[in-house]
Amino acid sequence: MTSEKKTLLSMYRTMVTIRQFETMAGEHFAAGQIPGFIHLSIGQEASSVGVCSCLRPVDYVATTHRGHGHLIAKGADLKRMTAELFGKVTGYCKGKGGSMHIADFSIGIIGANGVVAGGLPLITGAGLSIKLRKTDQVAVVFFGDGASNRGPVHEAMNMASIWKLPVIFVVENNQYASTTPQGYSCSLRDLCQRAAAYNMPGIGVDGNDVIAVRKAALEAISRARSGEGPTMIENKTYRVRGHFEGDPQKYRNQAEVITWQKENDPIARFEQLLVKDRILTGKKSKTIWDEVKSELDEALEFAKNSPFPKPEEALEDLFVNA
Amino acid sequence: MSDRMMSASAALAEALLEEMERDETIFIVGEDLTAHAGIFGQFKGIPEKYPSRIIDTPISETCIAGCGVGAALTGMRPIVDFHFSDFVTCGMDELCNQAAKIRYMFGGQVKLPLVVWCPDGAGLRAAAQHSQSLEAWFVHTPGLKVVVPSEAADVKGLIKASIRDDNPVMFFQHKRLFRREGLVPDNPEFIIPLGKAAVKREGKDVSLLTYGSGFFICMDAASQLAEQGIEAEVIDLRTLKPLDMNTIAISIKKTNRAVVVHEACLTGGFGAELVARIQAELFDDLDAPVLRVAAKDVPIPFSPVLEDFVIPKPADVIQSVKTVCYR
Repeated sequence: MTSEKKTLLSMYRTMVTIRQFETMAGEHFAAGQIPGFIHLSIGQEASSVGVCSCLRPVDYVATTHRGHGHLIAKGADLKRMTAELFGKVTGYCKGKGGSMHIADFSIGIIGANGVVAGGLPLITGAGLSIKLRKTDQVAVVFFGDGASNRGPVHEAMNMASIWKLPVIFVVENNQYASTTPQGYSCSLRDLCQRAAAYNMPGIGVDGNDVIAVRKAALEAISRARSGEGPTMIENKTYRVRGHFEGDPQKYRNQAEVITWQKENDPIARFEQLLVKDRILTGKKSKTIWDEVKSELDEALEFAKNSPFPKPEEALEDLFVNA
Repeated sequence: MSDRMMSASAALAEALLEEMERDETIFIVGEDLTAHAGIFGQFKGIPEKYPSRIIDTPISETCIAGCGVGAALTGMRPIVDFHFSDFVTCGMDELCNQAAKIRYMFGGQVKLPLVVWCPDGAGLRAAAQHSQSLEAWFVHTPGLKVVVPSEAADVKGLIKASIRDDNPVMFFQHKRLFRREGLVPDNPEFIIPLGKAAVKREGKDVSLLTYGSGFFICMDAASQLAEQGIEAEVIDLRTLKPLDMNTIAISIKKTNRAVVVHEACLTGGFGAELVARIQAELFDDLDAPVLRVAAKDVPIPFSPVLEDFVIPKPADVIQSVKTVCYR
């Protein structure tokens, strides 16, 4: 098998992993086993995988409250992620972070973020750090259509542009900012048009086409590495689940959701392509889904069997050398 | 090695030059840094010596602060210049929601060696949005250290400790004190550890607990009180978080009386926290209620007559000391 085919199959597997992870998380949240609240990225797998499949562990990613997919696509450990969702001491953050605050600095994930647009100023700093250290790393920030209306986005895109930082701004336009339709909160339909204001390329992509996303990401990475500065990518996609699990979703018609799921599911689309190109068969696909399922079962088992932190561990990890 | 007279501004520049020489991951980022070596000349010599490590930004306080956080997370030791401390309001999310919480939220995975340098304080007739003392906001945010130096030597020793610290440090340096000279050791390893107060004048009758510009008010008041037969001990706290309660306790056990003095406004100020701790930990050692001397609870007004009325003066300290000494 060629390395390109291997990459495509690996991308497919990662998309399936995200889908199954999110489905599992949703089920266990509904069953009351995951505390707090969680935001799922079902239907947006192509954006996570298309971009992160182009990155190396040394490259940086900052993500959002809806970040599970980006974390998985960047290589996060499923056991430690699941344990963190369950609030267990074996989780990535020893139970201090939860779904919205997972990071793995050893593979360049500088953090999910509970503040909408919170990752953009940080990624600009990571980009500046790369430039000062003169490495060939790149720094990617994911944010949503809702975040795109916040002030820090303007400051970060402007600063990254004047300094020609190796940063990629990936806006996932999933049509809804919490309850608010994208068309209400911004008079642009194509958010990538905003890139022009910062003199950087803005690439609008069918965000449910993983190959198209990957192509845009490769182009942006190439620009970043050659010192030409930042790129904005708009992945047009759709948030299949509510803003949070349990969201009554009175702001949209369920028929709209079903249409997207039936006609534009990024995994089904990619699967059709792979089958057509004889990279994947129905049988092989089932094997992948089953393998991922058992991997997740292990992660779940690990999380459920792990202890909670001791209450007084709440006082640890605030300062270095405290 | 000897001590030299130098301004607080020069002490800061000297410390930064020494630290930047020692560690190439240190850089300074903020607005208007290079044209005049900082708007107060506080970075004199740095633009010439390290042109690529003192970086002018657009007017974008949110992203300047975020830049510091992101760079600190990825191997650098940034110093963020906030231009005027008042503008921290434009970077509060990056300081209080990101810098303060990142290490903790992520279970101690990462260090965040960031210094946020904030020129603060009143007295320059700069009015309400360029004159504040906001240290209490950050003391109230777990995850940040808070340093407020007074004399030039403290500036040098504390900025070095702050730069070498692996945690985010809010460093407030009073604008009116930049030109004030003091003796500064020329030893490049002169470092004042964070969390160590200094007894700068000894006395047996009352403890004056202060920091920043309040220190000079207290020293002035202590001289006048001595002429009236009251020996005030002046403790310069220097670091508000971590706080050196030990030095405070030793002093109060001796004097049995205390007055807390700061330039920030009274209500909800650092004095409230300090007085609460004193009454909880040293109640039996007190012969009088602990009083606070602070600015009045209004924004800092412009007209000199108004501003001088609002901010604390030595006479206010003297009056409070007499009250707690029942004189």
